[in-house]
Formats: sequence, structure tokens, C-alpha cells
Amino acid sequence: MGKKLLMKGNEVIAEAALRAGCKCYFGYPITPQTEIAHYFAKKMPEYGGTFIQAESEVAAINMVYGAASAGARVMTSSSSPGISLKQEGISYIAGAELPAVIVNIVRCGPGLGGILPAQGDYFQAVKGGGHGDYKMVVLAPSSVQELYELTVEAFNIADKYRIACMIMGDGILGQMMETVEFKDKEEIISADKSWALTGTKMEREQNVITSIYIDPEVLESHNLKLQRKYKLIEENENRVEIFNCEEADVIITAFGTVARIIKNVIKMAEKEGIKIGLIRPITLWPFPNEAFEKYATVPKAFLSVELNAGQMVEDVRLAINGKNKVFFHGRMGGMIPTQNEILDKVKEILKG
Amino acid sequence: MFHRRINIFTGNFGSGKTEIAVNFAMKLKEKKEKVAIVDFDIVNPYFRTMDVKKELEKKGIRVIASMYANTNVDVPAVSPEVNTLFEDESYTAVFDVGGDDLGAKIVSAFKEEFMKEDYAHFFVVNVKRPMTNTAEKIKEMIASIEESAGIKVTHLINNTNLMEQTSLEDILEGDSIIREISKELNIEVAFTSGFKEIIRKASGKVSGEMFYITKMIKLPWEKDFCV
Repeated sequence: MGKKLLMKGNEVIAEAALRAGCKCYFGYPITPQTEIAHYFAKKMPEYGGTFIQAESEVAAINMVYGAASAGARVMTSSSSPGISLKQEGISYIAGAELPAVIVNIVRCGPGLGGILPAQGDYFQAVKGGGHGDYKMVVLAPSSVQELYELTVEAFNIADKYRIACMIMGDGILGQMMETVEFKDKEEIISADKSWALTGTKMEREQNVITSIYIDPEVLESHNLKLQRKYKLIEENENRVEIFNCEEADVIITAFGTVARIIKNVIKMAEKEGIKIGLIRPITLWPFPNEAFEKYATVPKAFLSVELNAGQMVEDVRLAINGKNKVFFHGRMGGMIPTQNEILDKVKEILKG
Repeated sequence: MFHRRINIFTGNFGSGKTEIAVNFAMKLKEKKEKVAIVDFDIVNPYFRTMDVKKELEKKGIRVIASMYANTNVDVPAVSPEVNTLFEDESYTAVFDVGGDDLGAKIVSAFKEEFMKEDYAHFFVVNVKRPMTNTAEKIKEMIASIEESAGIKVTHLINNTNLMEQTSLEDILEGDSIIREISKELNIEVAFTSGFKEIIRKASGKVSGEMFYITKMIKLPWEKDFCV
């Protein structure tokens, strides 16, 4: 491992991307993730890559489509309203099977909402905010160190499957400072990019990158191919942290920074003789269903704590599949649940 | 170090300015009757003085911030109330300025008011931050902040830390870099700052007074419960 530095989540995203061989960044500023662009603007020249502050989020995501088509490792980042603007481009990237990394440092909505942390974009990221049958891999780190590791990982996953990979963090994760220790060298997979548009030099057939298939039979078979790929990703790429779940009275599920609040709740509860477990999905898609199936009947109930009105809880209910009760506690608008408030909710559930 | 009426804090963003400015104001309040802290951060709407407004006011410290700041709305504005501090000289004032040269720009708008007084302009450095991890980069940062603020830095603060993972070596590394800059630029090192349990061991080995700070800006999982 290399030297330790004290860094902001947003800075670490850019640093990790550069280390992972990201050669192009296109974005448009929006709080609370603008430091990503600042960092790239300062550092990209050292790496011989391209940084462009695009004229809009729509332009930026289409630049991503272009750079990815040419085989470059490419990133764009934004926060919720900006990510909404990118949805059309994301669907096109999915259709054309292009590898790309998209960062969403989520703020509260709907609409312009506010700039404080939220997790209200879970549905948009996981269920497909754009049109058509597509998926993107969604990674949800909960510390600055994990943000670094998963950003590098995102580029590898994107290349390996020719898929868009999203890093989803809330505003706190982007803004908070934490110690981070970088590896001396990143593990970068060498993916076959013989499909990329790099010029034929009159020596090979033309490559074509497209998402349009007018013939219905061809389009259906393209869709079936995508679905087979998604199935493969579901089988191989789901990641989860399971903590303290054996013999738990209640298992709480939370992703991102909320899971860190839960870890303190677990310590508080212990003092009162209540055993709480935590299942923290690290990939939101593919959802780690097996972890939930394994512990489905262990606790008296499940509780999903989220910074939204109840989004991941739907996937928790699908995974639990009626084998246990699933409760929900959420805050919105940038409000964060306190440890006491969550513990009270657990006690209320246990009282029945 | 606590006798001047005007105390300005600048630095690289993420250097720990706000935490130090808030603690400085609390120390001042032990010595002075009327203390005010100004949230001069027009760059970053997260983790700023406004977030500890209630606690500071409980201690009798006046908090001046943009009227938008209490909603954390992302508007780069400064409250006109700031002007009262230049008129009412019974106040001792702390200015928590936003990061980098971009944040320091606001200082230049009040340059003439500052120049009238015997001000202290503290530049906060953490050499464990990637943009200020060498003497060269720090000197560049000082020059760009001075240019943007329109006033000179008068004191340096060594706030080198990796939060709870800070070692004595880290603090000494920071001290040696900052001492070099101090000599070259002829700027006094005012403090070595940090949490008492961490920096106590550096006492007597580093330049400037030891400035022990209490963590005021907290993350959600650091609030109502400590392990």
C-alpha cells in the first residue's frame, strides 16, 4: 500500500479514476459533486487525458458515448437533477453496449430539491431511469476508502461486460473527508476492445456502434443477448456486507453512509441487550438476494433504513419473499435519521 | 495570539479552517466579552460554521452568515450584517473564509476595512492533503490566496492530520515543511493544531503554540452517540 492522504470523497473519485486509466472526463458542475470536475481539471493534463466541461449534462453523456465507442476509459459525474438529464444517453449507452462509468452524488429531490444528502435516486439507478429493457451495475460505497476501491472496480466491470457502471453515493460521502490509502498499482483488467471505432486502416471490416435495430427479429435477439449478459452479471458480480446477523433479533438493511449510522445503533442496542444485524448491499444492482434468502427467517423482522420514502425496501421485500416481516424507516429532504430514532423504531418493532 | 480584533482564516479547502476558526472563536470567548464569527465561505455549502450555529450561540458567540446559509441553499452570498463588525469595535471577530483562492476572493471585497486594523491572517495547512503536500505547492497556494484576498498572510498554522489515524511522524513532517516555508517567506508559525489526545505528544517538538481543538463539525454517525 502507498502513502495515506486525507481526502474528500469527491476528490478520491477523480483520483481513483485516473489511477484506473480513465482518459476522458466530461461533466457539468452541480453541487455536491463539483470537486470531482475540479480535481480532474487540475490533474488530467498530467495523465495526458481529456477534460471537458461540457455545455450541459446532455452533451456530457453523449461525449461519453463517443469516447467509449472509440475504446477509451471514460467517466462523467453529476448529482441527481443532472443525472436525470443524462437518462436518454444512458439508455443509448446500454443499447450500444458501451463501457462507461457514471457517478451520481445524490442530493434531495424531486425537482431542484436541495443540495443535502439523499438516496432518492435508487429507483432511477436500479430500475432503469431511461427507456427500454436495460440494466446498469450500481455500486454503493459507504466510506472514502471503499469509494476509491469501487471506482477502480467500476472501470473493470464496465470493460468486462461492456456495460455502464454507476457509483452512487449520497452528498455526505462526496463531501466528507477521510483517510485513504492508495495501492502502488491498480489492478486493471485488459479487456478485448476489438469492437471499438479506432479506424480500419483499410485492413479490416468496419466496426459499427449503434443502438438502432429496425428489424423486430434482430432487435428482439439483441435484447435477449442483453438479458443473457445481465443474468451473467447477476450471477457473478453481486457484493454485500453482512454484519452481526447470526441470531439477530432484527436485521437492518441500509446502503451507503446510512450503514455507518446503523453500526453505531448496533453498539447502542447491544448495551440494552438487543441484537441487531446489518445487511449492506454494496451492489444495488445486481441486488444481493442470496444474503437475504440466507437470513430470511433468522430475525423477528427486517427493517430497511433509507434517505428516501421507501425504495430499496421493495427489493428487500422481493428477496425476503414473504418469509418475514419487512419494516421501513426513512427521512427525506436532507434530514438524517439519528441513532436514537432508529433504535426506537427497532424497539417498537420488537414490541410488536 | 488572541489579542487582535480581526482574525481571518484561509487555506486549501479541506485544510481544517472551519474547525480551527470555530475553536479559535471559542477560545476568544474565554478572554473577551463580545466575540463574533463570520461564515465567509462562499464556495462550499457542506460542513461549515452554520452547522454549529446553535452550539456557538449557546456559548454567547454571535454567528453571522448569509441568510441563505441556514437553509444550506447553494448561494454564494455574504450577509450585510458583516459591516456592523467594522463599525462596532467592541467586537473581536473571526472570519472563516472558503477554500483556495476561489474562496479567498470574498476577503478582497472587505480589504480596505481589514487594512485599517491590526489584523491576523492565518493560513491553515495540512500536508496530508494532496494539493498541499509539498513546500512548493503550499507556497503556490499562499501566493494565489494572497493575490485573490488582496492581503498578506501573517501567520501559519500546522494542522497536519489524518484525523484519528494521525501519527507523531505526520505532525513532525508537517512541522518541518511549514518551518521551511516560514523561514523562506518570513511568516511566523502561530500554532500546531489538532485533537489534544493526538498532538499532545508533539508538544515541545514543534513550532508555534499548541492549539488543542474540540471536534465541532460532525458527521451524522458522530452525533448523539460516541463509541
